[in-house]
Amino acid sequence: MSAANGNGGPNPEKDLSASNLPGQRGDGGEEIRVQRGMFGADKGGDTSGYGGLVRSIRLPGPATRPYGGWFDEVADELEGALEEQGLVPENVIDRTVVDRGELTLHIEREYLTTVARTLRDDPALRFELCTGVSGVHYPGDKGRELHAVYHLRSITHNRLIRLEVSAPDADPHIPSLVAVYPTNDWHEREAYDFYGIVFDGHPALTRIMMPDDWQGFPQRKDYPLGGIPVEYKGAQIPAPDQRRSYS
Amino acid sequence: MSTQHASAESAASARETTEGTVYTVTGGDWDEVAETAARSDDERIIVNMGPQHPSTHGVLRLILEIDGETVTEARCGIGYLHTGIEKNLEYRTWTQGTTFVTRMDYLTPFFNETAYCLAVEKLLGIEDQVPDRASVIRVLLMELNRLSSHLVCIATGGMELGATTIMIYGFRDRELILDIYELITGLRMNHAYIRPGGLAQDLPPGAVDQIREFVKKMKKNLPEYDKLATGNPIFKARMQDVGYLDLAGCMALGATGPILRSAGLPHDLRKAQPYCGYETYDFDVPTADTCDSYGRFLIRLEEMRQSLRIVEQCLDRLQPGPVMVEDKKIAWPAQLALGPDGLGNSLDHIKKIMGTSMEALIHHFKLVTEGFRVPPGQAYAAVESPKGELGVHAVSDGGTRPFRVHFRDPSFTNLQTMAAMCEGGQVADVIVAVASIDPVMGGVDR
Repeated sequence: MSAANGNGGPNPEKDLSASNLPGQRGDGGEEIRVQRGMFGADKGGDTSGYGGLVRSIRLPGPATRPYGGWFDEVADELEGALEEQGLVPENVIDRTVVDRGELTLHIEREYLTTVARTLRDDPALRFELCTGVSGVHYPGDKGRELHAVYHLRSITHNRLIRLEVSAPDADPHIPSLVAVYPTNDWHEREAYDFYGIVFDGHPALTRIMMPDDWQGFPQRKDYPLGGIPVEYKGAQIPAPDQRRSYS
Repeated sequence: MSTQHASAESAASARETTEGTVYTVTGGDWDEVAETAARSDDERIIVNMGPQHPSTHGVLRLILEIDGETVTEARCGIGYLHTGIEKNLEYRTWTQGTTFVTRMDYLTPFFNETAYCLAVEKLLGIEDQVPDRASVIRVLLMELNRLSSHLVCIATGGMELGATTIMIYGFRDRELILDIYELITGLRMNHAYIRPGGLAQDLPPGAVDQIREFVKKMKKNLPEYDKLATGNPIFKARMQDVGYLDLAGCMALGATGPILRSAGLPHDLRKAQPYCGYETYDFDVPTADTCDSYGRFLIRLEEMRQSLRIVEQCLDRLQPGPVMVEDKKIAWPAQLALGPDGLGNSLDHIKKIMGTSMEALIHHFKLVTEGFRVPPGQAYAAVESPKGELGVHAVSDGGTRPFRVHFRDPSFTNLQTMAAMCEGGQVADVIVAVASIDPVMGGVDR
């Protein structure tokens, strides 16, 4: 699984001279949260002295070339194939992140279908299996709140990459990949059901898990988990989303 | 099973009350239903199979449009078992997550736990630190679990064909495996035994002997399925060429596991992208080229034999050692032991930390109530579950709780192939096709 475990990973020979090291991740990742204090508790007095601490939590930032191993091959092939179609790769691929032995391509949403079709059909890429879409809601990532994350597997070349597309909360539209990967039919319905991401071009975008008349999108961060306090051995245990959080 | 005509005349009578309109819905009289059906020249009938039907593997609703005995259109209605596990995970610590994910596909708890833990370990960057013994026990439990899952699939699949003997045999052998689970984890299902960083506790005394005993017994029992079913003409007639899905269909619809392998592609993540040290085990990936339910049945049978091989190899290479990472910021200082009331902390250990080590007590308290922090980022880990690729997409925001965990459950994806397998076939073949997909609604709906 991990590209770093030697077996067909990015560094099979472990060439450690500085110029050949795989791309170090930068600090410029999107800010998803601002943490105040040290211990996450926001109720009651914090006497620790760390109460004024403010830290911004960022996701891993874009990587620089070389990415390492087959990551560069995939990036080169994809960029070449996009250029052949008359597209400028920099406009299509927002950023490339290499983190924890995984390659993530952040794609501008209007080019998602083109990129997916290229990744599927190009003989050098051949990502023939899509494992579906996973929605993620980052309320702190302003203007890019809703993310759709796709994992594409190439059985031919035995590779796995991740595509990430974002949409603002105000305009939650992302093109559907059902025409390229029919397996995404239910997955996109699920992401719509839970996150309200509208997949344009989906043949029948309806709720799949929740009842058809359900209001709201339950897995968004602003949607409460719900639950009631429970009495246990004489003490009131609050509902899970009311308990103290240490994040 | 309820039957309703596409152009039902009166579904419900309405009555105005002070509370608003009240509709009275009744089942109706069969004679009337039959009469209405006979009056109409439209032969199209829509049959709702499930969500409570013994042959739909839990609460799966099949909506079949039938013309005579032929299914012209088939759709699935799912979501009846949606429990919001993914959402719930976001309100618990990373360690508590295993308690939830084990309940997703309740027939493959160890696969859910392992996939989740592999994703968390990848986020933490401690994949290389997981002790060998923990990995071997994970493989051991997963392969036992593959056996028990396939046994249920074959047992219930046989029962749906009317072969109750297979059902009895399958559940008889599964019981032996559940006894092993109970000995090792304290529970027959919903174990939460595999934890980020390793395992909750080591194997109890006697476990290895009991598994060896089981392997011996299972080697004797497995050929019985061959004798009962493989060459059985009725069994073959019901299964062959039913639920047909070729390789192109599998790839397009994302089907993995026995369905994909029944189309001839030997794709198995244990070989392609090994995890937990699978590259060091000796086993084969069976395939078939029939693309049908019978091929899938044969593949499952063969996979059970291969799983037994792996279990034996695991037992041979079990070396004493730790079962949790060294890192004291991740591993609980607890020493769990099986008490009279199930899983609990060892009393000796409690006595030690309460009486002699204040530091350990504070540390234990912080780790259990707060949990450990996971650096921000995302990771995808996939394992080959008995049903196919079980993928976990985990996102951390640097906190002590998962920011997002998504399970790509193979049952969910594979169930999409139902329409492609059933349309154009007979109603009775729908049962066989769905059984060969082996969907578990706990995994589909999560």
